This record gives sequence, structure tokens and C-alpha cells, in this order.
Amino acid sequence: MSNDGISKEPMLEMYLFEGNLLVEQLEEIIIKCEKDKKFEMGDINEIFRIMHTIKGSSAMMMFNQIGLLAHSLEDLFFFIRANQNIEIDFVGLSDLVLSGIDFIKAEMNKIEKGSGADALADELIGEIKTMLEQMKISYEGQNAAPATLANSTPDGQKALYYISSYQNPSAEKATKYCVQAFFEDDCQMENIRAYMLVNNLQEIVIEIHHIPADIIDNAASADIIRETGFTICFSTLAPYGEIESILNQVAFVRKMEINQVDDYPAEFKVLQSRREIILDEIPQEYQQTLTETVETGSTNNRQQNIISVSVAKLDMLMDIVGEIVISEAMVTKNPDLVGLQLEGFSKAARQLRKLTDELQDIVMSIRMVPVSMVFHKMNRIVRDMSKRLAKEVNLEIIGETTEVDKNIIDHLSDPLMHLIRNAMDHGLESKEDRITAGKPSQGKITLEAKNAGGDVLIIVRDDGRGLNRDKILNKARQRGLVHKPESELTDKEVFAYIMLAGFSTNEQVTEFSGRGVGMDVVAKNIEKIGGSITIESNFGKGTEIFVKIPLTLAIIDGIEVGVGKSRYTIPTISIRESFRSDDQEIISDGDGNDMIMIRGQCYPVLRLHRMFKIKNAVTTISDGMMVMIETDSKAACLFVDRLVGEQQVVVKALPKYLKKVQGIAGCTILGDGGISLILDANGILEGQLA
Amino acid sequence: MAVLTEFDETVEDTQKGKFLTFTIGKETYGFEIKYVTEIIGIQEITEVPELPIYVKGIINLRGKIIPVMDVRLRFKKEPREYNDRTCIVVIDIHDISIGLIVDHVAEVVVIPPENIVPPPAIKTGFHNRYIKGIGKVGNEVKLLLDCNKLLNDEEINTLSNAVE
Repeated sequence: MSNDGISKEPMLEMYLFEGNLLVEQLEEIIIKCEKDKKFEMGDINEIFRIMHTIKGSSAMMMFNQIGLLAHSLEDLFFFIRANQNIEIDFVGLSDLVLSGIDFIKAEMNKIEKGSGADALADELIGEIKTMLEQMKISYEGQNAAPATLANSTPDGQKALYYISSYQNPSAEKATKYCVQAFFEDDCQMENIRAYMLVNNLQEIVIEIHHIPADIIDNAASADIIRETGFTICFSTLAPYGEIESILNQVAFVRKMEINQVDDYPAEFKVLQSRREIILDEIPQEYQQTLTETVETGSTNNRQQNIISVSVAKLDMLMDIVGEIVISEAMVTKNPDLVGLQLEGFSKAARQLRKLTDELQDIVMSIRMVPVSMVFHKMNRIVRDMSKRLAKEVNLEIIGETTEVDKNIIDHLSDPLMHLIRNAMDHGLESKEDRITAGKPSQGKITLEAKNAGGDVLIIVRDDGRGLNRDKILNKARQRGLVHKPESELTDKEVFAYIMLAGFSTNEQVTEFSGRGVGMDVVAKNIEKIGGSITIESNFGKGTEIFVKIPLTLAIIDGIEVGVGKSRYTIPTISIRESFRSDDQEIISDGDGNDMIMIRGQCYPVLRLHRMFKIKNAVTTISDGMMVMIETDSKAACLFVDRLVGEQQVVVKALPKYLKKVQGIAGCTILGDGGISLILDANGILEGQLA
Repeated sequence: MAVLTEFDETVEDTQKGKFLTFTIGKETYGFEIKYVTEIIGIQEITEVPELPIYVKGIINLRGKIIPVMDVRLRFKKEPREYNDRTCIVVIDIHDISIGLIVDHVAEVVVIPPENIVPPPAIKTGFHNRYIKGIGKVGNEVKLLLDCNKLLNDEEINTLSNAVE
């Protein structure tokens, strides 16, 4: 990294964020193109644009290897773009680009972790160059001029001028501007910054010329810019305001003069004529491409009303909003107000409450992001695996706009990856088997997300061979996992065995799976974010895996209960019912274990005050309340003093210093500033009934 | 003094050699002021089950949840009713915020390194192990605590196991 004295931190963060985004976009496009077996004009332009941006920003951040790699890929696509009708080895090309993407990803990962990007891209660049050469050779028609244009312009002509971009008939109607920009004295890399200026303008101008011309490839141009400023002349249909705002986006500009001119200054004219000759050589398709670039450029402009914010800031915002909600309650429900008739005050307080509620909703919605990012990552996995396993697979994605809290998204990618891998490896049969079974030779995996009440349901569905119930049951029996009469086991219960640790029915260990780790890890990861998995399968027809995850981890609905002086919050999802009972209904087994019979079913009774050793609690059953809590497999009645009320609470973690307490998921701050502990039904049931 | 050299590089000049002192029973203790973030009066403490007896629970410090430890109980002294002189000293150490309940906060004193001597080699009292030095201020003696040892101790594990 350079040591030019400018703080790199915010820039680096931006670079990484943007880079990752672009690389992922690129990956998506490549996979799509490979599937369609053709590169659409728009796609090529998009790839070109992405490579260009990565090249530019990498060079600016001094990550030269990434820059060089991006540059060579850019060259490659420049050639393809200029020679539409060329035959392309799609598979080879995609492989090459994808390995390039992997390289960039790995490097960015390294940068993110704080170590420098040190790997050399030479080998890849070499491969790309070879590919480009091959393409050039195979492309024997017309002339090679357009192909070499990209390289030869900067190198071959050490011209003082460079007219990039497009000549257009409507140029005459456009307004001409002449801009002279001076950069701040010690901002460094003036040529790159000048290039950014030009680059920003590209999207709105019809033609553009600048002095000095070879700003990117000639480092000496930085000195010229430093001394005489950077002059750009361009003509555009865009209004003055837009130009100004675009120009102002570039940092470190000390002074900028924007003049509207009738004609370009003399030194530009000389070149205009000279350049026209060169432009004549550019084939028709190339001209088209360029106009299309302008179009795609304008669509990108629209995306600029999205900004990226660091999650840490959002967390802070959420904490503060949480506190505002609490302070609001402290003010409006202040004990000092009791008994006072304050009409104006209550009106104002109501208004305040409404606004804080809205504020809270909005802050929560900010954290919601669509699952599409995670879903599209799966495309790559499907592609890579289908190659190695020689299975043709079509991945269908449904409902990718479904939104989930950012915290949850981050934990979703790994489990989904496992599920998709499983579906590819075990689920789908080989091509031959599929045909024998009367199925289309191409397998199909569906990845679907949809809202279901307060949860999000993610479904991974394949049309493969399905799960073999008997085989699983056999294996479970061998391992002594079957505790129920087998006739009573439902399909769901049988399939749930595959989520136990070390349970694999695959005889062979393959590259991707079969070691028995996998499903249990998936189940654990999903549980960690408060979700659950169920499996449905039809032998011979396919498997469906349902992953149910909560919308957000940060806010839950809970019932507040009191025991002694303490208050606890029980998540509403784990409560089945609450009721009053009395001592006669309690059955004691002599060991101090209490039970209660409800509608013919016997449930254990857990007295919260005993579990948590709470003083001054109600001990007579008839004076307290019973709350029945349940998880997927177990249920029990909690005995508490009283129910306080239902409310939405913001979940906070217990301080790190305290060791994890079984049965407590976290805590929350109540309206009066007090703290309520949030109970974890799973933990309680496992801890007490084990 | 060997004990302090490790801190010399990081301590800001204004905080150097300053100790916040507080009393528990008859003794006066002190710890380096750089750890202290604030001192608040006693407030409502929410009990958390399964904790060692000296960790009283958690409090809500302006939206931040922090654990509180009764130093009296930590030193195996008799518990005492909290009153209006009881203070919670909030310290921040290795990214952990924790409140220490003390009988009352005395003052901030400057103890130059030459007035600090290591504790006697023979550990007589139970809580000697938390003391990393003895500071002399005039005729008085302040016991300087090692915040690290106060918080992180194998004892926490063994005790919490005992509670279960």
C-alpha cells in the first residue's frame, strides 16, 4: 500500500465493499451467460464496466496485481465486444473469468483481514493473454484493427491528445463545455483523479477530449496536471447542474472552472480531425456498443440514491432508538404525574409515542436486506459441482426479494451451501439413472424464500432420488437412536435423524460430502439464529428441506411474567397456553418432581422460583400462574407468580463477563428502566428434563 | 518498580500514578484510575441465576447492561446492607465493563512508584492474591488491587459449578 499520507481507512473500506459487490455481480453475469451459451451485448458491456471499475479502483489503492488481472480481463472483453461474431469457447472463458474472480476475492479477503494482497496474478494473466491471442488468431476475418485498438492507443501513439469515446451525429446540438480543474497540492496520483473525472463524465457526454491525454498509462502526466491543471472539453445534452454535480464528486479538487464554449480551443481542434481518421476504422458494431454503453450508464445513475452504511453504525442507531423508547416511557409514565390532569401533556405524549414507534419501525426496516445476495452465491456452487459431478442441474430461484435481518443473512450462507451441496451430491441422480427413472436428464433444484407469518421460510427442493426411509431407520437402529416403537415414527421424525452428528447414509466419502458432518452442522447453525429445519421427502421423487428462520433476532414478542421481585420475558412463540391451577391437580412422584395432567397428557411442572432460587416468590399453586412452554419435541409447565403483560422487546445479550446461564437467552430493558431476563425455552427444557 | 513498568508506556501522563481509593470495612484499597469510567450510586440490581455469590447481577447503565460484583463478598467478608454511601465503581478493562460495589469511595491519590512496595511474599490473608502492591501515602497504607485478577479467576468457574 502506498504511504501518501491520506487516511486509507474509509477509502479502503469503500473499495472492499464496492469490489466485493462488483465481483459478485460479475460472477452472476458469467454464470448466466454460460448457461445461455451466449454473451448479450449488455452483459459484455457490464462485464467490461465492472472490470474497468475494479481496475481503476485497485490501481488507485495500489493493489497492482488485482489491477493487472482486471486489466487483462478487460482487454479480453474489449476484444469480444469489438468482435461480436467471434466464436467463443464459453466453458474455457467462463472458467478463466471465474478463476480470475476467485483470485480477486481471495485477495480482497486478505486485505480485509489486514494482511496485504501479495499473491501474484502472473499465471492467470498469462492464461488470459494466451486466450486473447488464440481468439485473435481464430478471428481471421475483417481486420485486426479494433482488437488492437485497446492496447495500441495508449502505447503506440504517444500523442498529447486522446479522444476517447464517441462521435455522434447529435453532437452538433449539444452544448460544449470547457473545464479546467486543479487538484489540491499534495493529493498525489493526480492522473488517476483526473481519470476519475473523465470516467464520471463518460456517462453523460457525447464526446470528450482532455489534455494531457494519456493520463492512466503515463505517470508523468501527473506532473503536467499538477503544473498546468487538467483541461477537459466535452459536449453534452445534460444540463449544467448535472455536470456540476458529477464533477464535484471527485475528491481533492482545489479549483474548477466550468465554462460553456461555442467551440473547442484550438489545440483540441487539431486533434479532432486527426482522430476522425482513426475512428473511421472502427467497425459498425463497435459504434453500436458504444452507444449502448451510454445507455447502461444512465441506468446506473439511478442507483445512486442508495448508500451503504456500516452495520456497526446501524447497531448504534438501534441501541439509541431503543433507549429513546425507554426514556419516552420513563417520561410519559413518570410516577410524578400520577393523579394530575394534564390534557396538553397527554396530547403531546401521544404524539411522541407515535413518532418513536415509527422511528423504531424504520430503524428495524433499515436492517432488512433481501436474500438475493445469498441465493445468487448458490449459482456458482451449482455450476462448479455440476461440472465435477457431471450432472446437469438447473437452479431455480424464487422469491429472492424476501427480506431478512442482516444478522440472520450473515449466518444463512453456510447452511444453504451445505443443503445445496447435499442436494447436488446425494439428492440428484446421475444422468443415466435419471433417464432410466423416466425423469428429464437435467436435474432441478429450487431455492425458494417466502414470508410465513413472523418467519421466513426457505425451501431447498430437488427432484432427485429422495430419502430412503428404511435405510435411515436401519442406520438409526444400528446406532441405537430409536427410542420409540418404529410403527409410531412419522416420516418427519425419521428424516430428522439425518440431522444428528455423524449420521451419514452415504457409503462413499466424496469430495463434497459423506463424512456425516454436514446436516448436523446445518441444523446447529440454523438453530443458532433461532430457526428450525424440517425435511419432507418422497422416495424416488425428491426431497424438500424447509428452513424456518425468524425475520429478526433483535426484537421478539414476549410475555412478561413476574416471580418474586424479578421479571422474566418468555418468547411468545414458545408459549402454548397459560392457565390457573391449584394444588390438587399437581401430582408428586416422591422425588420432588411435580407433574400435571392436562387433557389426558402428563406434563412436568417446573417452578421457576426453585430453578432460579428466587426469594419471596409465590409457592402456593393456586396463587400463581402456569405457563406451558414447548419446543419441537418437549413441553412443560412453568410455574410463575403472575403474568404482567405482552410486549415486543429488544433483545440484548448478557454481558460477556457472565458465563452462559442455562435457560436464559438474554435480557431486555423494560419501560421503567428495569431489566427483564429473557427465558430460553429450549435451554430450560433440556436442562431440567434431561 | 517492576510491577508498574508494564503500564508506563500506555498510561497517559495525567493519569499516571493516580489511584482511586475506596474503603471496605477498615481497609483502604486503590486501583489505577485509568480503568475507572464512572462512579454511580447504588441502584436496582437484577439478579441472574447460577452466578457466583459475589456477582450480584446486572444493572442498566443508560441502556448498557453491565454486571456488578460486590467486592466485599469477593474478599469473603461479611455482607453488609447497602446504604447511601455505597457506590458502584464502573471499570472498563479489556473491553469488559463491570461495576464494583464498594462501601464508599474515598479519594484520588497520587502514589509515586517509589512509594509502592510489593506485597509480602507470605500470603496470609485470603484476598492477598488480588493485591499487586502496597502504596504508602503519608502514614497510611493503601492496598493496590490487580483489576485483572479481580475479574478473571479460575474461581468463577469452580464457584458457578458449585452453585449448580
